[in-house]
Amino acid sequence: MNAPILVFGWHDWLNLFAHFLMLSMMSLGGAISTTSEMQRYLVERQGWLSQTQFADSVALAQSSPGPNVLFVALLGWNVGLNTGSMTAALGGVVLSMIGIMLPSTVFTYQVAQWAQRNRQLRAVRAFKQGMAPLVIAMLLSTAWLLATGGGKGGEHVDNWPLWLLTAVTAIIVWRTRLHLLWMLVAGAVLGALGVV
Amino acid sequence: MSASPLPAPPASSTHEPDRPRPTSLTDLFVSFTLIALQGFGGVLAVIQQQVVERKRWMSNEEFIEEWSVAQIMPGPNVCNLAMMIGSRHFGLPGAMSALAGILTVPLILVLCLALVYAQFASQPQVQGALRGMAAVAAGLIAATGLRMSVALSKNVIPLALCIALAATGFVLLAWIRAPLALVIALLGGLGCVLAWRGLKR
Repeated sequence: MNAPILVFGWHDWLNLFAHFLMLSMMSLGGAISTTSEMQRYLVERQGWLSQTQFADSVALAQSSPGPNVLFVALLGWNVGLNTGSMTAALGGVVLSMIGIMLPSTVFTYQVAQWAQRNRQLRAVRAFKQGMAPLVIAMLLSTAWLLATGGGKGGEHVDNWPLWLLTAVTAIIVWRTRLHLLWMLVAGAVLGALGVV
Repeated sequence: MSASPLPAPPASSTHEPDRPRPTSLTDLFVSFTLIALQGFGGVLAVIQQQVVERKRWMSNEEFIEEWSVAQIMPGPNVCNLAMMIGSRHFGLPGAMSALAGILTVPLILVLCLALVYAQFASQPQVQGALRGMAAVAAGLIAATGLRMSVALSKNVIPLALCIALAATGFVLLAWIRAPLALVIALLGGLGCVLAWRGLKR
């Protein structure tokens, strides 16, 4: 629960920015698929965020309207807050969002134009199909890490009602067309009542 | 429907002449802002409904084609998709307007939500609510993976190999906690080689 208190030099900000720049190019299947890597770097390796802050950022962004990638803004926001000021928090938002968006946006724009013209090429089709199993593995491992609260020794490993909620949600969303908002409301109510 | 002074779209080959189009960059920005604000836990379904069924800017087939590229490229899928739809109509400025639309207002909202949440973070009910929503969010992501896994049966890589690749990826990323770059290089590379060979036959 306790947030770390950080003293950040310019090289720390640069590291944060560079890490998101790199993750941007690796975020096949969406920024959410690099969540496990962000957790490994920000929480386990650098200790810039507590596990709770990390999980809260993802959950808040998911329960807010808009693209899921906005959880990255909240990660930057919380890293900035941990250094002690609101200005730093806003700086963290700007650095992390530009970092995660810029390389992928420039690259995707160029490739989308090219792929649209060459969609019959064997290389284009091989890439699309060859990446598919890995994209699915990335999504499932992200779900796993969020559900367990961070891999081995995660804080929710023994909390079976929480697991059950994740599993039931996955099946309902997979199999029905129920609006996602209802699932989030149900999760919030169950959590507030202390059921999970 | 009347003759418009707008430049021709880049991918004009599959366009019907009378298909409605976004009227301006502002129209793109506002449309994507409204789409984003309706999307809780995922915007894709709302984009499809609005762009294809309501506004009829593109056909369902065009939409699926764009989505397959948006999904496979690095970057947030729905941001990629918004950018590609914007660029169809107004080139680079269109791409930027759509992207700004889908991000700006939701970003401000989520920061406000974080500020409000910080005030109440110590309340056990609020912590519980967020814990419950996090579990649901994990389920939403798993469901996206499960939905996409249905497409593996149509992959040129034999299904058993697909499952082996996906399972190995899961073990490496979730249990062994291997760095993502390494896993992409190994398993992504292997997948592409297998698909390349499969497409030959």
